[in-house]
Amino acid sequence: MRSLYFLLEKEFKQMFRSKGLLRTLFIAPIIQLILMPMAANYSVKNISLVIVDHDHSSFSRQLITKVTASGHFRLEAICANTEAALKEIELDKADIAIEIPDKFEQGLVREGSQKINVQVNAIEGVKAGLAGGYLSAILSDFNAELRLHWVQPARFEPAPVISIMPINWYNKFMNYYLFIVPGILVNLITGIGIMQAAFNLVKEKEMGTIEQINVTPIKKQYFILGKLLPFFVLSIVIFTVGLMIGYVFYNVYPVGSFLTMYVSLFAFLFALLGFGLLLSTYSETQQQTMSLAFFFLNVLNMMSGLFTSIESMPQWAKILSGCFPVSHFIKAMRMIMLKGSSLSDISFHLWSMLGVGLVFNTWAILNYRKRS
Amino acid sequence: MITVQHLIKTYNKGTVKAVNDISFEVKDGELFGLIGPDGAGKSSIFRMLTTLLLPDSGIATVNGYDIVNDFQNIRNHIGYMPGRFSLYQDLTIEENLEFFATVFNTSIEENYDLIKDIYVQIEPFKDRRTGKLSGGMKQKLALCCALIHKPDVLFLDEPTTGVDVVSRREFWDMLKKLKNQGLTILVSTPYMDEAGLCDRIALLQNGQILSIDTPAHIVASFGDILYSLSSPKMYKLLVTMRAYDNMNSCFAFGDSLHLTLKDNSKKDELYSYLKKSDFGEIEINQIMPTIEDCFIKLLKEN
Repeated sequence: MRSLYFLLEKEFKQMFRSKGLLRTLFIAPIIQLILMPMAANYSVKNISLVIVDHDHSSFSRQLITKVTASGHFRLEAICANTEAALKEIELDKADIAIEIPDKFEQGLVREGSQKINVQVNAIEGVKAGLAGGYLSAILSDFNAELRLHWVQPARFEPAPVISIMPINWYNKFMNYYLFIVPGILVNLITGIGIMQAAFNLVKEKEMGTIEQINVTPIKKQYFILGKLLPFFVLSIVIFTVGLMIGYVFYNVYPVGSFLTMYVSLFAFLFALLGFGLLLSTYSETQQQTMSLAFFFLNVLNMMSGLFTSIESMPQWAKILSGCFPVSHFIKAMRMIMLKGSSLSDISFHLWSMLGVGLVFNTWAILNYRKRS
Repeated sequence: MITVQHLIKTYNKGTVKAVNDISFEVKDGELFGLIGPDGAGKSSIFRMLTTLLLPDSGIATVNGYDIVNDFQNIRNHIGYMPGRFSLYQDLTIEENLEFFATVFNTSIEENYDLIKDIYVQIEPFKDRRTGKLSGGMKQKLALCCALIHKPDVLFLDEPTTGVDVVSRREFWDMLKKLKNQGLTILVSTPYMDEAGLCDRIALLQNGQILSIDTPAHIVASFGDILYSLSSPKMYKLLVTMRAYDNMNSCFAFGDSLHLTLKDNSKKDELYSYLKKSDFGEIEINQIMPTIEDCFIKLLKEN
């Protein structure tokens, strides 16, 4: 145990001595966490809108006002005809075109129904889908208002209609930050954890210092532990700073207990650092580690449910995703953050992370040999 | 004490024989040198004896401990200085030394007398980071770190490669002192002129030992009369001498040629042979062979 203490002392000395490293490890994640949630936003704003109004009635004006007042749309132009509107879409100046037909108001009052032509630019799939969705929500709202003002209440019971009133549990107002801030935080911790754990051992290989260590009686378990613990501590510090930033800048804070959150962080780091270590036992140079880590980080980012939903992945991807500690941690984080889940609620994810971590660490220790 | 019996190490699935059936013995308190050019297998032998590399076959012991089975014991009793500088460049001199002392469960104070002579030379810079030291100082620190746990056997893999002439001298003086304190030292070097400073040497080439003996015996076993030739027209002289039919061997050796003859009774003939061409002033002396001459001769015989 005594040798572990000296190994740790050495590692921390080296860590604090490398000024550039500490700066990038601390300041870069902080800046990212402050800026990225604002940029990486799913809720679509500023959809460019063009309108062709053949009617010029008070109804059509009301409809236009309603659409533009929603905040999602920005009125780009009023076009004279359909061709002009399509031209705007072709030139990429408009995302969506609404065409209000002639005698819209008249028809609506007399016949009780009218059709509106909506054309959506679907080059950016997500944006198009959301724009269409927003617009139909606004239109149906408009519809309901019309009924209230203009249509005589039926003398008899109207035909039963099921109206849906969704309630968003755990994130009542669909606050996007509640979703993205924990995601980005986990993303950052993953990157830092894997990279640093992987680089550290390889650096000793590249500098040749491992040669001198290998002839000493130090037990390899201690040596590896001495390598991992500093980054364990560092990751916890960065995570804590990240939580504070989430609270200060985005008012995102866990509903659940901090204890639960940190227990799952411990389990996560155990698995994560083990994985980084495993990468380093397989590479001889920092360049090799870099390529390996980059490859895996990409896979982790895309497949662990940080930004996309695991449930909508094909079966093989779901199974693969279940092997990533990141998938479990992000799930657990969101459960604690939003739902206030307790340790027993997230026990499946905890055990999964510990299990995966045990595999990675054992594998790494077996693969690191003091002798070749 | 080190014993090595029929040690074999191959690389690339047996195609490269780095160490090919080598046997030798280093006695307690001996300064033993492995002498050979780059690629002779010196580092492989070191890495096997320091338990960093597993041999393909053969037996070797260090202080009675088997290098394969008793490697833990060996690691406690040896000091190893790898060919490449391998201390932490971002730690200071003192921190490096302290680290390696604590790793072996000891302290600088405990074994200070062993490293004192060497350490005082670098002590004024003890707060300087190792990466910013000169080559000679790095070498001294590496030696201190290898000594700090009071090892019985010291392994020094090419300690003087890349070090200036003065520092090399100093370094060998330090080794002499350590030897006098009872340490067994195995040292390797590609410099033949350092061979004479060892108690005994093994000349290595292509993973095989050409000869093991004291430097004096190796020089004595040269068994030929050696001439040194020099003239202002060295290249022409070399070409001419190599064409001479009584020539046994002829090599450029610094600013002279070293020459042996097939038949030494025909020495006078040499003069008349040389007079045929115009070399300007030729100087011919009979000289004592050096280790390098012996090495070249052994290479030729093998």
